[in-house]
Amino acid sequence: MNWTAIWVTFKLASLTAGVLLIVGLLIAYWLTFSKWRWKFIVESVVALPLVLPPTVLGFYILVAIGPHSPVGRLYSDLVGHPLPFTFEGLLLASILYSLPFAVQPFAAAFEQVDRRLIEASWTLGVSKVATFFKLIVPLSMAGLVTGAVLSFAHTLGEFGVVLMVGGNIEGETRTVSIDIYDEVQVLNYAGAAKTALLLLAVSYGVLLLVYAMNRKVWAVWPQK
Amino acid sequence: MAAEMIIDMIKTYSGRVPIQARLRYDVEASTVLILFGPSGSGKTTILRSVAGLEWPEEGRIQFLSRTWLDTKSGIRVSPQDRQIGYMPQDYALFPTYSVAGNIAYGLGALASQDRNRRVAEVVELFQLQGLEAAKPRELSGGQQQRVALARAVAPRPQLLLLDEPLSALDAPTRLQLRGELRSLLKQLALPSIIVTHDWAEALTMGDVMAVMGEGQIHQVGKPHEVFSRPADAEVARIVGVEMVVQGQVIENENGLATVAVNGTRLKGLSSDAIGAAVYVCIRAEDVVLEPAGSGMTSARNHLKGVVCDIAPQGVMVQVTIDCGFLLTATVTRRAVEDLCLVPGVSVIAAIKAGAVHLVPRSVA
Repeated sequence: MNWTAIWVTFKLASLTAGVLLIVGLLIAYWLTFSKWRWKFIVESVVALPLVLPPTVLGFYILVAIGPHSPVGRLYSDLVGHPLPFTFEGLLLASILYSLPFAVQPFAAAFEQVDRRLIEASWTLGVSKVATFFKLIVPLSMAGLVTGAVLSFAHTLGEFGVVLMVGGNIEGETRTVSIDIYDEVQVLNYAGAAKTALLLLAVSYGVLLLVYAMNRKVWAVWPQK
Repeated sequence: MAAEMIIDMIKTYSGRVPIQARLRYDVEASTVLILFGPSGSGKTTILRSVAGLEWPEEGRIQFLSRTWLDTKSGIRVSPQDRQIGYMPQDYALFPTYSVAGNIAYGLGALASQDRNRRVAEVVELFQLQGLEAAKPRELSGGQQQRVALARAVAPRPQLLLLDEPLSALDAPTRLQLRGELRSLLKQLALPSIIVTHDWAEALTMGDVMAVMGEGQIHQVGKPHEVFSRPADAEVARIVGVEMVVQGQVIENENGLATVAVNGTRLKGLSSDAIGAAVYVCIRAEDVVLEPAGSGMTSARNHLKGVVCDIAPQGVMVQVTIDCGFLLTATVTRRAVEDLCLVPGVSVIAAIKAGAVHLVPRSVA
């Protein structure tokens, strides 16, 4: 088994889930509690990776962070090397790609928090930020775990985006799913099978955890 | 500056009658304002605007010397900065916190030692000893109500806002807590605003009452005065009870009390621990008129009186009778003709004991 690829993959998935736990939380909070009438525009953008082919998403990210875009130029001026085909570039792409898998369960969990509880907290002199941490987070714990775990699992298995943005650099951007593909290309089915089984086991374990905890928050399956 | 509360606000919701409330009353240490009206009349919206949870499009809300809202000068004080205690209708206890945790929730500014002391104090005041570690879902309705009130009171608010504080309880508990709540509010010496649609609660707990209907405040006054002297037919319809007179319980046996009202004796149903001072409440439609000298009926009360006024109201006629106190009966036009009712005629007013409602009255 290619342990370097496994290490890169888990590092990528953990960091993606970690960043999304912060960024996704902010977006989900805003989406849930904002009264802006056009917020569905943002909701649709967040959900876009669910329906977009990964290659399309990857292509746009590649163009956006490439040396011909202002963002890409700014990054290479600051850091000294361009963003595409690096681990950092791959991380950025993974975060965007897994955004709905974090934001949607977060927002669904926030949505279920009774507004009257939040109002009661405010009248007790507790600020909006403190109310978020003292009341909303504990009440949405199941949804927060679900979102983090799903974005972790989703990043583990990504292929198209990695190929477009990360390339296939050993120890840097070569993830497990790419490794499996390469093994099959050179007809090493035994090697591919071992890695595939590992990925299957981890993914299944992660989903077991999510659905054992709750099935309300992110209903891929109909609610009972 | 005068110690008063000023509410002057307009709030509109699409598809509903706009709420336009103007209200101004003197606030003393323990003044209880009752916002009275049917559901949908806008009383909860006013309470929530005072709490800072709704923002009227236009208006001014001022409590004592503090302005909480003034749309003209752009003042908008957040609910956090109003120092209020707010109890919503369904209590909104925090499910992830214990009873003690709920009470301590608003005490974040205190050092942990002071906080624990305050929680212990409040737990004792609301008789919640032994329940400190319990979660809200393990409590009975009455206990939940006490925890919600304890949580609201713990941070020492300047004003207490209670939305239908007793409506989520079953009838026997409600009756018991009605009296307790009143003495508690007096003990706390805390001005409060209570939203209710129950006239018995309004009478028991209120010092000032504002009657609301269709988004407007129709009358403001002392509760028993508003009930007995509604300003107009609309208020009379909203409050639903035409007569509220002061009475004294003389005898109370097996749930049947004998009450003296201005020398006239009446029988009414009562709970055991009602006390001597009561308000006697009778609806005009529950009063039956009979010609003087007629035979027995099953009604417990037969009051001899003299008709002093006859006022037609639509298809019905309101007949006022002096029988030691003024009693109103709603009868049909036909009944007025059949009984030859004109001012000065003697009649007997019959009222079933079950239609004589007794409400405890505090003796000032």
